Amino acid sequence: MTSGTSQPGEQELVAALRQGDEPAFLALVRRFHSSMLRVARVFVNSDAVAEEVVQEAWLAVLEGIGAFEGRASLRSWMFSIVANRARSRAVREARSEPFSSFEDPEGEPTVDPARFHPPDHPRWPGHWCSPPERWAEEQLLVHETVELTKSAIDTLPPAQRQVIVLRDVEGCSPEEVCETLGVSDGNQRVLLHRARAKVRAMLEPHLRRTA
Amino acid sequence: MSSRVPDQPTCREIVELVTDYLEGRLPIEARTRLEQHLVYCDWCRVYLEQIRQTIRVAGSVSEESFSSQTREELVRLFRNWKGKK
Repeated sequence: MTSGTSQPGEQELVAALRQGDEPAFLALVRRFHSSMLRVARVFVNSDAVAEEVVQEAWLAVLEGIGAFEGRASLRSWMFSIVANRARSRAVREARSEPFSSFEDPEGEPTVDPARFHPPDHPRWPGHWCSPPERWAEEQLLVHETVELTKSAIDTLPPAQRQVIVLRDVEGCSPEEVCETLGVSDGNQRVLLHRARAKVRAMLEPHLRRTA
Repeated sequence: MSSRVPDQPTCREIVELVTDYLEGRLPIEARTRLEQHLVYCDWCRVYLEQIRQTIRVAGSVSEESFSSQTREELVRLFRNWKGKK
């Protein structure tokens, strides 16, 4: 995870790219292309469109690299280019999933209230009545769980999906997410909270030891 | 487990604080109360651990590589750009 600072070798790569160095470009492609596709894909509805958006974004990166000042990390600079293009592409195709921080009423519980004793319970108000069971650690990183996580993320409302993809899939810092999506720090944290809780809930039946 | 102390957070409240906690954004008092709660509440510890596990598994959703066709297209794009520079 980086926090807005450049990764090792990043400045050298940027300098080489400005000189038109092809290996430097390919190194960037290896480092960022798949991530850029995932970022694009949270805005547009098909892999093919995401591919096109990312191709355009690469061109914009090449054209803009001379003016890149390194105030943001290279990654969040590139991700913003992808996000902006993907967003306008989605709008153009009228399949817009505009960024909305209000799509999900804040303050609504992220865990099913039925899992807790009611507030008027004589002994344990608000405490678990149907507590989480420990997960089978060995099941966690198997292919099936990873695929399930992917589809769980896909079902999230767009703004939550955008934030969890950047934060937890791509490992961006909160600052990078705010820069890429143009949201406040508090906002990205609320969205992340709701997104993680929902993905956890979707994994739960699958990872329960007794399952 | 002991009986509920009036100003102690409930489990239902704790689960809404885990992200702020993990992000290091809880005010010190709330953080202390949460950590005290975790000392005696196995279930909330499990919940917190599952959020951490969720983050880990989300971090492994990646690493698909791209096709050689994509690579060729990008190389072409790069050479065009360089030619026009």
